Amino acid sequence: MSFDINEYYKQLNEGEVLLSYKGSITSDLISNVLEVIEEKLEDLNETSKIRKKVYNVLVESLQNLFHHIDELPEEVRGDMESKFGVLVVSRVDTNVYKITTGNVVTSGKIKFLKDKIDKINSLTADELKDMYKFILNHQKLSAKGGGGLGLVDIARKTGNKLDYNFENLTSEYYFFNLDVTIS
Amino acid sequence: MEPIIIDGTAKTPTVKFDSTTGVMEIKGRSIPENSIEFYKPMVDWLDEYAKSSKDQTVVNVQLEYFNTSSSKCILDVFKKLEAINKGGSKVLINWYYEEDDEDMLEAGEDYESIIRVPFKMIEIVE
Repeated sequence: MSFDINEYYKQLNEGEVLLSYKGSITSDLISNVLEVIEEKLEDLNETSKIRKKVYNVLVESLQNLFHHIDELPEEVRGDMESKFGVLVVSRVDTNVYKITTGNVVTSGKIKFLKDKIDKINSLTADELKDMYKFILNHQKLSAKGGGGLGLVDIARKTGNKLDYNFENLTSEYYFFNLDVTIS
Repeated sequence: MEPIIIDGTAKTPTVKFDSTTGVMEIKGRSIPENSIEFYKPMVDWLDEYAKSSKDQTVVNVQLEYFNTSSSKCILDVFKKLEAINKGGSKVLINWYYEEDDEDMLEAGEDYESIIRVPFKMIEIVE
């Protein structure tokens, strides 16, 4: 295996980490994470504006994982739990936060994700607003409840570019890492 | 017609829909993983209400957080209100947002630009 998830996770945990997790992404886990982060943000006395943005982005990031994580075949999974995902929330500076998520995707999804994120990153704030409204008004929710709006919403609320990369695990599976900065 | 009364949870809002007063309220957080289940009773209820709506219908939306899954369901609720507004009832949507919460104000304005129903943006000052 060319990409070492444990080594990657160790590196993510440098700096001022508010919360880090690797394992199954379930509905209960999402509730717990949100509760913990909400309390920590209160304690840090950040402005309500930044607290709300961090909370919102966290909800979308976690629910993106929840809706899109694929079950992996045994040989790829190794010691990873089912519905495996990584989440790290860190405080870069006063009122600056970084949310990193990671999950395994099939190689077939790379192009779709790359195209979508590159497109989002190329848009101005007004264009993102139009894109959001168009998807909101024209695309149906999937049976799982996802609406294709999560990444657009994250980009809109943060005003920052989405930073991502794909690390090769096997010929068919890649680790998708997404960094979102809230400032 | 029976009212809808749902208590809020950490992930779902408090909901009160009352056909005798024509006042509807959605308040709190709306961040469930799958919002379709949660909002379907409201959409169905509005279909029923449309048949015998009050002269005036007031909808108070006061959300602290809502996720993108909910945003589509809220639009579905608003589309029903648009139809009711075209029919026999004058509808007003009061969209509440907390002071400094520009994202929530903007979200209200997004809906206002899509739905042909009068909106009133109301800032909650602490």
